[in-house]
Amino acid sequence: MLSSAHAPRLVRFPSHCLLRPINSLHTAQSSPLPTTTAPSSQILTIRKSLLTKQTTAVDLAKSFLDRIRRTEPQLNSFLYVSPDDVVLKQAEELDNKIKNNEQLGPLAGVLVGIKDNICTSDMPSTAGSRILKNYRPPFDATAVRKLKQSGAIVVGKTNLDEFGMGSTTEGSAYQVTANPWDLSRVPGGSSGGSAAAVSARQCVVSLGSDTGGSVRQPAAFCGVVGLKPTYGRVSRYGLVAYASSLDVIGCFGSSVADAGILLHTISGYDKFDSTSSKREVPDFTSQFAGKDYLESKPLKGLRVGVICETFGDGVDPEVILSVRGAVTHLEELGCFVTEVSLPSFSLGLPAYYVLALSESSSNLSRYDGIRYGNQVLEDELNSLYGHSRAQGFGSEVKMRILMGTYALSAGYYDAYYKRAQQVRTIIRDSFKAALERNDILISPASPSVAYKIGEKKDDPLAMYAGDKMTVNVNLAGLPALVLPCGFVEGGSTVLPVGFQMIGAAFDEEKLLKVGHIFEHTLQVSSAVPPLVADELTR
Amino acid sequence: MALTFFRGLHTHSFLMYPSSFLSRKNGMLYCTMKSIRGQTETQEKSQHQLKVSTQTQSRKHDDIFKNFEAIIGIETHVQLSTLTKAFCSCPYNYGAQPNTSICPVCMGLPGALPVLSTKVIESAVKVGLALNCNLSLSSKFDRKQYFYPDLPKGYQISQFDIPIATGGYLDVDIPLEFGGGHRKFGITRVHMEEDAGKLLHTGNGSFSQVDLNRAGVPLLEIVSEPDMRTGIEAAEYAAELQRLVRYLGVSNGNMQEGSLRCDVNISIRPIGQLEFGTKVEIKNLNSFSSVSRAIDFEISRQALLHSQGQADQIVQETRLWEEGAQKTVTMRKKEGLADYRYFPEPDLPGVTLTEEYVDGIRCSLPELPEMKRRRYEGMGLNMQDVLFLTNDINVADFFDSAIAEGADVKLAANWIMGDIAAYMKNEKLSINEIQLNSHELVELISSIKGGTISGKIGKEILFELMAKGGTVKGLIKEKNLVQIADPVEIEKMVDKVLADNPKQLEQYRGGKTKLQGYFAGQIMKESKGKANPALLNKILLEKLNAKS
Ligand SMILES: [Zn+2]
Repeated sequence: MLSSAHAPRLVRFPSHCLLRPINSLHTAQSSPLPTTTAPSSQILTIRKSLLTKQTTAVDLAKSFLDRIRRTEPQLNSFLYVSPDDVVLKQAEELDNKIKNNEQLGPLAGVLVGIKDNICTSDMPSTAGSRILKNYRPPFDATAVRKLKQSGAIVVGKTNLDEFGMGSTTEGSAYQVTANPWDLSRVPGGSSGGSAAAVSARQCVVSLGSDTGGSVRQPAAFCGVVGLKPTYGRVSRYGLVAYASSLDVIGCFGSSVADAGILLHTISGYDKFDSTSSKREVPDFTSQFAGKDYLESKPLKGLRVGVICETFGDGVDPEVILSVRGAVTHLEELGCFVTEVSLPSFSLGLPAYYVLALSESSSNLSRYDGIRYGNQVLEDELNSLYGHSRAQGFGSEVKMRILMGTYALSAGYYDAYYKRAQQVRTIIRDSFKAALERNDILISPASPSVAYKIGEKKDDPLAMYAGDKMTVNVNLAGLPALVLPCGFVEGGSTVLPVGFQMIGAAFDEEKLLKVGHIFEHTLQVSSAVPPLVADELTR
Repeated sequence: MALTFFRGLHTHSFLMYPSSFLSRKNGMLYCTMKSIRGQTETQEKSQHQLKVSTQTQSRKHDDIFKNFEAIIGIETHVQLSTLTKAFCSCPYNYGAQPNTSICPVCMGLPGALPVLSTKVIESAVKVGLALNCNLSLSSKFDRKQYFYPDLPKGYQISQFDIPIATGGYLDVDIPLEFGGGHRKFGITRVHMEEDAGKLLHTGNGSFSQVDLNRAGVPLLEIVSEPDMRTGIEAAEYAAELQRLVRYLGVSNGNMQEGSLRCDVNISIRPIGQLEFGTKVEIKNLNSFSSVSRAIDFEISRQALLHSQGQADQIVQETRLWEEGAQKTVTMRKKEGLADYRYFPEPDLPGVTLTEEYVDGIRCSLPELPEMKRRRYEGMGLNMQDVLFLTNDINVADFFDSAIAEGADVKLAANWIMGDIAAYMKNEKLSINEIQLNSHELVELISSIKGGTISGKIGKEILFELMAKGGTVKGLIKEKNLVQIADPVEIEKMVDKVLADNPKQLEQYRGGKTKLQGYFAGQIMKESKGKANPALLNKILLEKLNAKS
């Protein structure tokens, strides 16, 4: 939550005025306004301009590398940026393919950022932890392999809270990432680097991971689209585990279409992950091809449930107003909106933390200094373990390991882990029931907009409370899409607000369809932060 | 891998030198169960060392010993011989160069995930059924957490509260030389888990190295009820498990390579007392005889402490069997119960079996050792023969196919347990490695029975068949070995020998009748061993005693 000292003023929400750029409505405001462009898929635009030879992959790559060079000193989104020659060589190969009229992959020439807890064989993969400093995996994560096969160019590894444990990206062992909308604020977390990088157009799209909201909350903070797929939709092979039963790889894009196309590329059963689903992946990308949404009620009959528990205490009024505005907009698009009560909703946060921390205490046991990572040499085995881990892990990670170990210990297991599993079942059932009566459920993506760097650093409980909008979705294993739906004024700038749409398991298609229509009828999501606005609108 | 037929070899030894091998105090517990490789070394070693340890000790404390009852349970780890490790596609070959069969999964690299090989489930179901267990149609994997350098993930994937099989039993026939009798030992549970790697310690001890080749190799842990009372029973239980997994083809059961590892839990209590004594665990048991001897040693040690009023010095601990010193020593004392913080493995889905799947496996099970023993018994073989023949499934198969071709049961058993077993032992070959097949054994038996060749020639041919192969008919023809059963021809040879040895003939007729053997030998030599011995003797006797 924002303290009153720098509480932002609400920017009026333009729900009644479709297709009008937000700044035309914005009157008598002193702060710089978000610049908007026509909502479009960068991926499809790139593809078109490559195929029509309006641009080359090399020129495209150069423009992104330039922007990274310019903005990175302020943002620190990346822990590793691929050297120019490596990126340009891949772009050149693509240009040769185009010249020879060879088949292009669906992401040809698209520069992608990868969260640093996703393994890449040609770049370090540290998970933001000192214990994996300089660690280079011998294999690509399945999602990364699929991206490369589809022609994408991995431009670098993005910053995160160590092992994904945090909501601000301040928990990285290496650097603090700034929010492109306001450099004094956090980008959210744990996938803060990936969100900031897409927001500041340092790359076209990026991969993050979402255990309790780590894609959706930073997407909201940075004003981009964040997509958390159904558990099992995307292989976790190569994702450095935080909490295995909750972790998913998710997508960031500057449009719903981009997030959807990215998801389509990385989805599907993987024989290396036995928790990945064998369900077929529908081609939900075709709906992004230019359609006319000017018909009056494009979402007629869609049943939208607004989760009333998410609009109560502890949620910023400005955020509530913005999200209510989004709901009104959905109504105008033809949706049938009702309030939905999920009485178990508030149980999600404690259950989530018990389960996530229990699993993480186990998943992080392998960092023992024996095979990889930093080893502190000691004569005695237990000191080797103790010192390697004490020096390798940051304080938040240590605290979570301790709490998880406690919850799994004999005598406490039933009271914590087992109880949390029971709560998880209740939550899963309540969502299932609500999604039988509704096509999608709506909530804010986060109780607040981006807060100041350092603001919650010493108050972990306040930080954990910020996850309450998102953790239930992980417990239930459902897909969710976060979209920008407005701005609040925050001092010298405006800050984006995101809202969350939750769908039935494996029904990403519906979320993407609604999201696509939403953003095409409300020009918010393509808003660009002031940091790069001048250049992009020139 | 060569298998020996210990029982057979020693059965013969028993017959020759009954006293030396029968005594249990001597530590020569070679019953059905010794696997060949360690045989010679251990045999020599134990003979030599036991003089110092058990013999003196147990004689002294025989009386004390009698007042106590031992309660013994065994935890057995069986390494499955699946083509790949349990959760990745790495093969496992015992003795391979360190860290040559590893991948991100079995190294526990960040981001790697386990994927269960269905062969592991198949093996577990086979063993569960063979042990008469109830199968859990819905079970799961759990993480057992502890730190050790040979455990790359910091946890072992195992099964905790819902093992795949529970509540079974194992039938065991105790060899006659150890008192005989049939036992049913309860099986508490069978569960699937993964093996750890190995630590290699350098000579000067300044550092250790980890070999992860074995990490992730599938294991079945089989836990018995505390139903055994003596070292022999425990060793026979373990030997029967080895037979079972070999019959099922799920493991090579080799103890020296660690494919079959037994940890023994033992406590003793005064006879008549209901509550159990303090439980001690014994590890490092690399042969069945060490299982038996370690238990006997431990019983003596604990009984002695009891009798000296020092029962409180029997503490819950893990003790190591030292083969060299023939004693158990403290390895680590248990400080409370280790907390492994088990919880369900989130990287693996639950293990669900269908009735059809289980039935399919049930139908495909081979005849198991217990069924085979009962069948052989029904064929009229004595228990000693039954135990010998069923000890190795390949020997049993050889015997069965000989019987199927119509061979006489007792004759076939005798040939296999006699000359064939002796040959295999000398040449260190398994029955599948010798050149003789069961069909030729049947031919051999019928050729002797039908009088085509003598038993003596039969033996000669047998060795040729075992060493070089070929057929009985071919060898008889090639070597012109058909028995001479024509009285006229034999008479001619008798006449010739008698004529060639007038002096001896005179002595015989003068009363030195034991010269008959000399003549018989000469005639047999003349016939190149082919004369029918009965006919030869008959004609010879007639001629010798003829008043001329
Ligand atoms: Zn492997």
